[in-house]
Amino acid sequence: MARLLARAPLRAPHSMYNGQPDQAIDARGIGRRFGIRWVLRGVTFGVGRGEVAALLGPNGSGKSTVLRILGTLLRPNAGTATVNGRDIVAQAASVRGQVGYLAHTPGLYDDLTARENLLFAADMLGLPHASVDGNLARVGLGEVAGSRVRGFSAGMQRRLALARLIMRSPSVLLLDEPYANLDENGVELMNSVIRDVIASGGAALLALHELAPARAILDRTLTLIEGRIATTNSERAVRERASLATV
Amino acid sequence: MAWEDDWRRVRAIAKKDLTTELRAKAGFNGVASLAVTILILLGLALGPDADALRNAAVGAVWLATLFSGVLAFNRSFQVELESGALEPLLLYPGPRWTIFAGKLLANFTFVSLMVAIVMAAGIVLFGITIPARWPMILAVVALGVVGLVVLGTFYASMASRSRAREVLLPLLLFPMLVPVLLAATTASKALLGADLMHEAGAWTRLLIGYDLVFLIATFIAFEHVIEA
Repeated sequence: MARLLARAPLRAPHSMYNGQPDQAIDARGIGRRFGIRWVLRGVTFGVGRGEVAALLGPNGSGKSTVLRILGTLLRPNAGTATVNGRDIVAQAASVRGQVGYLAHTPGLYDDLTARENLLFAADMLGLPHASVDGNLARVGLGEVAGSRVRGFSAGMQRRLALARLIMRSPSVLLLDEPYANLDENGVELMNSVIRDVIASGGAALLALHELAPARAILDRTLTLIEGRIATTNSERAVRERASLATV
Repeated sequence: MAWEDDWRRVRAIAKKDLTTELRAKAGFNGVASLAVTILILLGLALGPDADALRNAAVGAVWLATLFSGVLAFNRSFQVELESGALEPLLLYPGPRWTIFAGKLLANFTFVSLMVAIVMAAGIVLFGITIPARWPMILAVVALGVVGLVVLGTFYASMASRSRAREVLLPLLLFPMLVPVLLAATTASKALLGADLMHEAGAWTRLLIGYDLVFLIATFIAFEHVIEA
């Protein structure tokens, strides 16, 4: 039953939404091995437009690997996947232009200032430099824009990485432990960014250890065990039931 | 315009690499100091014979450049790996050869500055008289630096994901650099002397050919090498 649920997308995979495929993420039988060890053994799931899904599972279950494959950072050894209808292997460059990927590590340059890190991102993305200060202010780092990242706390680095992610204006978010090192305001900031992407018809896939910070925005959870999707649960239904009970 | 976007990315990566190198404590100063130290040690090993020193000067300068250059190449990808910045870098839209080109431009600037220091030190330490054909020597040095930087940057990207990258890079790079080293030292030596055998031209042409072949090959291969 669990396998059937995992294979069943929420909506028909080939239906369309505003000229785009209805499924923002469509993974079919993804397999990936490192050396002789298979970390993913046929992962199949879909994330629809306007949906926030969480990947759960114990350490080493392959959550980060799924995100890295969908983000075109790793090639799958088996199976296929599309992001916004584009194949992650054959159309990798196009997929890269649509996803916003946030890894465990913030991936910032310690010897550059916060502003310089974002100016570099702006140059790489072809954006005007004027967009940088607004993004720094949005994540609450406007006052330390001229300070080197080396002196930042882990939470501040996370916020800066989030500002860089916002600059990409992604339509699909792939977030690996997005709430790590964030305080309460940071969690709310992260959730507001996710809500904005969803509101504009995007989708989000989050790899999580703790469900609590994401409860307010989650629609569905997928549990990854031994390289396969073992269960899926609708968080939206739980929330709706809870709100009905409150009424 | 696509080429304007690509050129902007190349410049951004080169600027970022040079800024981080200049601000890092173990950056340019450390590498340049190592190069001069190698030069002094080679001078001491050769002894006080002025002729022997002059004969060995070109080889010593190139070897000092080569050994210290390896440190610079390793650092160019280490900066990305230390803070996990390689993945965000790979995720930017646009062709990945722009990453290689940006690193190449930064490394070329870095190694050129280092070579200028090493050459100045070599002239003083080894008692070299600057010949009339110094622009030709500079051209040969520039071609040699291009060969060194192209292969150095490419193999550094290849070794960057390995835990033993500090050992792996010289093992991969040094055998490939034999033709560059041979051509650059022989052409430079010939130009420093009378070039009675008219060797300089042939070795310079070899250097140009080698640079072109590897410049094209590494640009094509980089995308596959940097993929996990």
